[in-house]
Amino acid sequence: MEQYTRNQKILWGIGTVVVLFYALIPVIWILSLSLKTPETIGDQSFWPKEWTLENYSAVFEEGLGFNRAIINSIGIALITTVLALAFASMAAYAITRLDFPGKTLILAGALAVSMFPAISVVGGLFNVWRVVGLYDTWPGLILPYLSFALPLSIYTLSAFFREIPWDLEKAAQMDGATGMQAFRRVILPLAMPGVFTAGILAFIAAWNDFLFANVLTSTDAARTAPVALSFFRGASQFTDPSGAIAAGAVVVTIPILIMVLIFQRRIVSGLTSGAVKG
Amino acid sequence: MADIVLDRVTKTYSDGYTAVKDLNLEIADGEFMILVGPSGCGKSTALNMIAGLEDISSGELRIGGEVVNKKAPRDRDIAMVFQSYALYPHMTVRDNIAFALKLAKRPQSEIDSKVNEAADILDLQNHLDRKPANLSGGQRQRVAMGRAIVRNPKAFLMDEPLSNLDAKLRVQMRAEVARIQHRLNTTTVYVTHDQTEAMTLGDRVAIMLHGVLQQVASPMELYNNPKNLFVAGFIGSPGMNFLPATIDNGVAKLPMVDIKLPQDVAERIGRVDAGKNLVAGIRPEDFEDARHVGVDQRERGTTFKTKFDLVEAMGAEYYVHFPAGDSTVESAQVDDLLADAGGVAELSDQGAVVVARLDAESRVKVGEETEVWVDATKLHFFDADTGEALSSR
Repeated sequence: MEQYTRNQKILWGIGTVVVLFYALIPVIWILSLSLKTPETIGDQSFWPKEWTLENYSAVFEEGLGFNRAIINSIGIALITTVLALAFASMAAYAITRLDFPGKTLILAGALAVSMFPAISVVGGLFNVWRVVGLYDTWPGLILPYLSFALPLSIYTLSAFFREIPWDLEKAAQMDGATGMQAFRRVILPLAMPGVFTAGILAFIAAWNDFLFANVLTSTDAARTAPVALSFFRGASQFTDPSGAIAAGAVVVTIPILIMVLIFQRRIVSGLTSGAVKG
Repeated sequence: MADIVLDRVTKTYSDGYTAVKDLNLEIADGEFMILVGPSGCGKSTALNMIAGLEDISSGELRIGGEVVNKKAPRDRDIAMVFQSYALYPHMTVRDNIAFALKLAKRPQSEIDSKVNEAADILDLQNHLDRKPANLSGGQRQRVAMGRAIVRNPKAFLMDEPLSNLDAKLRVQMRAEVARIQHRLNTTTVYVTHDQTEAMTLGDRVAIMLHGVLQQVASPMELYNNPKNLFVAGFIGSPGMNFLPATIDNGVAKLPMVDIKLPQDVAERIGRVDAGKNLVAGIRPEDFEDARHVGVDQRERGTTFKTKFDLVEAMGAEYYVHFPAGDSTVESAQVDDLLADAGGVAELSDQGAVVVARLDAESRVKVGEETEVWVDATKLHFFDADTGEALSSR
């Protein structure tokens, strides 16, 4: 272990506080807002003077459609993640292990797609989706999300696959495994940290999207939570919906937190140690 | 179990580089064959082709009489031990060893008994439920062996399996590998760059250089009758001494001494044109301190006087280094040997250096003039241009 001097410790401490402050203040602020009563919402104090959970019960009232939106969000993000991982792991494996014509083209294409500004395709997509009947459906959102989550996952996963000694795969082949068996029973278990990393990234990308969800949905059938939030109105047209929006925002972050906490435990580094050499 | 036949097997990569040229090798059923050579000589490529991990560009590979050129590795029924061991890190030792049997969908009772049997042979009983990361180098090596033997395959392929072990463990495992191979009597192809491993393990040794097979023979045959300079220099440690020489009228002129060739040597090398550039090869142990040579032995050779540059006491023997005159041997094959040894030739102030192995009793000293005897019956002669051994055959 490295020993730090007193000055270094102080500097590290200050740095940590600054970063934590910067990252957490907006979150705490939203949390605080969500706990304020409608009357005190504009009182400009950081901590609520009157604590209430009213905003949370308001969010889940039937009329707002937020319950349905949460289900849409979870469903769409999960399906996107699972599909992205399934396709990306196979694609990344092929890209790292095989030499085939057009390999660089695929990688470059994947990169180009992920660089493409979403706003430039969303208008055209709106028209196409209405014609083919994907407008306001789950697949209508899953498809565009996949097109962004896939390149991201392929890149992440190929970095992890590259770390796995090729000898392991040869050994599996010698042990009588088919290509698919070697992949599923030897390579994939070792690449699990990468799979979880890619999974979290894909899930967050799909979960956070506002643009596609806003343009390509119109009803509760497929509207996701971030968009539903923007549709919040107060109890009457004179009530400020800020409290409810804040509560909704807090609710929306919870699944992400759970996802990260679950998967973080699985991202164990050094899983391949012991495979090779003495 | 089966024999393995390589019939004019060639490997050319897509960039035009030929790693293995026209390799002909017949490995008998149950034989322990060593492929040895400096790095880049094509020995690992040859092994990978037998394994099926690399395609064969031309030629035929037969295992047990069946052409397997186009067969996938899993259909060849051979097991391989990798230099890196390539253990599956997420599986226990038991699962590592059982993996092939599980893939083959064998009944659980059979898997258990075979794994236990392999663990018994390899002394792994107490480690079956550990992960490879928690094992020592020697234990990992044994797990890799276990993975191979549990399947009872037609052949074992081993790619420098001991090179990651420390020196002491390597000697120990070397004996163990030999014992296991002997016990199971499975055809084995073993790749190494270490001539000691090659000599001690193999029934026969195949020496390769630049993708070309140089000589296949038993270790003693290679040692006593090397076909060319490369084989002569590669086998044996310290290596054979090479000196420029000519033969005139039955007398070999070496830089430090002229030696009258005995009848059987003259017959062995056949007729040689006077003045033809030759290379004489003398193994270190074919020198001796003249005082320690018996009378009956003495007439087999010649003596000369020299001063030693360096004396290395090894306990059981002395290695002495002395200069052999200004002229050095120039030959492509000697350069290859040098490259393998690290590219540095040992030179004294007076040119090339000869290493001799003397009796422990001789108590020689640096700088003292000593009479050295050389056994003329053990001389080797090579054509300086081609590197081939002179032979009347």
